Amino acid sequence: MTEEQTKDRRNFLVMAIYGLGALIGAALAVPATVYLLWPPRPKKQEWVEAGSLTPLQPKVPEEMVFRRNRADGWKITSEKATAWVVKMSQKDIIAFAPQCPHLGCAYHWEVQNKEFLCPCHASRFSLEGDVLSGPSPRPLDRYEVKIEGEKLLLGPVYSPKEQRS
Amino acid sequence: MNSLKDHLVRWVEHRTGLETAIKNFLYEEIPASSGWHQVFGSVAVFLFLVQAFTGLLLAFNYAPTPGEAYNSLKYIMSELTGGHLMRGLHHWGASLMIVVVVTHMTQVFLFGAYKKPREATWIVGVGLLLLTLAYGLTGYLLPWDNRAYWGTVVTTQIASKAPLVGSYLTRLLGSEQSIGVVTFARFYALHVLLLPPITSFLILLHIYLVRKHGVAPLPDDRGATKKFFPEQVFKDTVAIFVAFMALFVMAVAVKVPLERLADPTDTAYIPRPEWYFLFLFQTLKLFEGPLELLGTVVLPTLAILALLMVPFFDRGACKRLAQRTVALGVAGLAAIGWAGLTVTAIVTTPKTPISTEEAGTTVNDWQHLPPEALVGIGYFREERCATCHNLAEGTPRIGPNLATTSVRKSPAWMMEHFRNPSSLVPGTSMPPIHLDDSQLSSLAAFLLKLTPQNARALEAAPDVAVAGAMVFKANQCGTCHTVNGEGMKIGPALNGLSQRRSKEWVEEQIRNPQSHSSETMMPPYKLSQSEMESLVTYLLSLPAVKSLSIAQANSEVLERFQLPSLN
Repeated sequence: MTEEQTKDRRNFLVMAIYGLGALIGAALAVPATVYLLWPPRPKKQEWVEAGSLTPLQPKVPEEMVFRRNRADGWKITSEKATAWVVKMSQKDIIAFAPQCPHLGCAYHWEVQNKEFLCPCHASRFSLEGDVLSGPSPRPLDRYEVKIEGEKLLLGPVYSPKEQRS
Repeated sequence: MNSLKDHLVRWVEHRTGLETAIKNFLYEEIPASSGWHQVFGSVAVFLFLVQAFTGLLLAFNYAPTPGEAYNSLKYIMSELTGGHLMRGLHHWGASLMIVVVVTHMTQVFLFGAYKKPREATWIVGVGLLLLTLAYGLTGYLLPWDNRAYWGTVVTTQIASKAPLVGSYLTRLLGSEQSIGVVTFARFYALHVLLLPPITSFLILLHIYLVRKHGVAPLPDDRGATKKFFPEQVFKDTVAIFVAFMALFVMAVAVKVPLERLADPTDTAYIPRPEWYFLFLFQTLKLFEGPLELLGTVVLPTLAILALLMVPFFDRGACKRLAQRTVALGVAGLAAIGWAGLTVTAIVTTPKTPISTEEAGTTVNDWQHLPPEALVGIGYFREERCATCHNLAEGTPRIGPNLATTSVRKSPAWMMEHFRNPSSLVPGTSMPPIHLDDSQLSSLAAFLLKLTPQNARALEAAPDVAVAGAMVFKANQCGTCHTVNGEGMKIGPALNGLSQRRSKEWVEEQIRNPQSHSSETMMPPYKLSQSEMESLVTYLLSLPAVKSLSIAQANSEVLERFQLPSLN
């Protein structure tokens, strides 16, 4: 072998080492990065039965307590959940998520004033969940609602403001 | 640009000596006869790094406790992008590692590369082989599926049979009663905390010793040397690439086993170890009774000692393969013995029995279910069991597919499992079901009728029929009437009712039996509108059964009680 050939051969070997090394590195690094940094697809919240609509008075919010399954990674926990449910009419049911959109406090219905009041920072909401006063940045969040006979089914929570826009 | 790089390299070199160290490592002189036969050590180191890397990534989403472990592994494999690949690499990497380590060892053995002064290198190598097997043993439990559980039960049982230390080992491994959290924690800590640093240390020691004595030359090699880089590094890299491609393809294409959650009460399960332990497993079977110890402890210990002593048995200077007939013979016999034992173990493994027939009559349609089981469907729906369990095939859920697992259980097992799931399946994430005994027994009755073949059909039972069956059960109609072969024979069997009676007639019969026959023993029932509706719909949906026993029952009943004619 001439000196030239020896040099060429050496260069080829070095390039091959780097090339194969890079291929292996990429085949490991790319899936690993995706695996570590790609968050899993969020689970769709299943429809859950919250209770019967029969005892509801028109336009009087009731706090309904029900159990729902929450997926936390590989764990499914069954937890208690609540909803403020208002029967606007026979067909029109609103179910509010129980947290104030301001900082997540639990609000309640003030029977005398006929409004929702959050005890933390005194946000006040109308029967439809619109902000009357206080620091809440948006109306009350709502559950998606499905009615089957007299059963109320609740789905994922959404903000009516985002929905409208 | 170049001058900046040079400057940087010089700066680092001056402070750390890194460049010299790398150059010393890469430009080591190796015998001219080095070549493709010596690539396996590098491949083994590479695979160890892949195992460490994928293991580390798995640990980001793995919960190391029984039950949780299984669920988190399922989560990794089904929810996380790339999770399936990571576990595939780790799982098959373990097997490939064994293959490569043993090949490496065989090569060293056949080429006599363990001879003086390289005895210590060989001994450290044997240590690394044992460590590799220890990873396999401890890692086997970590998925906490049935395979892992039962495989480890057998392993710990073997350990308990060791003379003198057996009972102590059992306590140390926390496996006195059965294996659970303690054994799991021990195995996990060994697998991820203790073994890796020991392995890293031994690998470094091994490489140091290889470097100290230089790469072993072939017998005829005298004189000329070449540099480690790039000649040998190229060959190593190609070999590593081939091994990695094989591993990658396996991880993508071959299904990684994950059976259902470990079930200590599954008496039908046939435990088998990983393929590389099958020869040991088969050896055990050769020795029975008092000789068992020979297979479990004596022979393996002797084998390990023999491996360690190889450089001291064989002290001749001869390294030429053709003249090493004894070494060749020993290696050949070992290979044949190993292969024979492994193949025998595979061939004699019975196929897992799916005993649908033992579960009694098979039912292929909801209409043929006894009312009790149909009521069970109601509770199955009420308790939302389907959130976690599949009946028919489909995307795997968090719990086991009930159609394939229920047939092997007894009703008593099911009742206990419903009341307190973790008492029978430790670590399960299933919540207890709050139903009374009779309701639970209905649920069990339904599940016992499930098979993979009929799951979809049974699942399709309409709500109204389920509601009807519930009314049927609540009013204890079964104490007098037979439906689908279950119930008493005091009243007429109700199958095929729709061919005999109209809806109105049946309703009237239930409300006021006297209206059709003054001699009837049947009491009147007060049912609500909806109860009546579903009960009657259900009863009229019952198929006519040609079963002899029911036909006989009908005629007997007719004779004894002279009830209204059925025809």
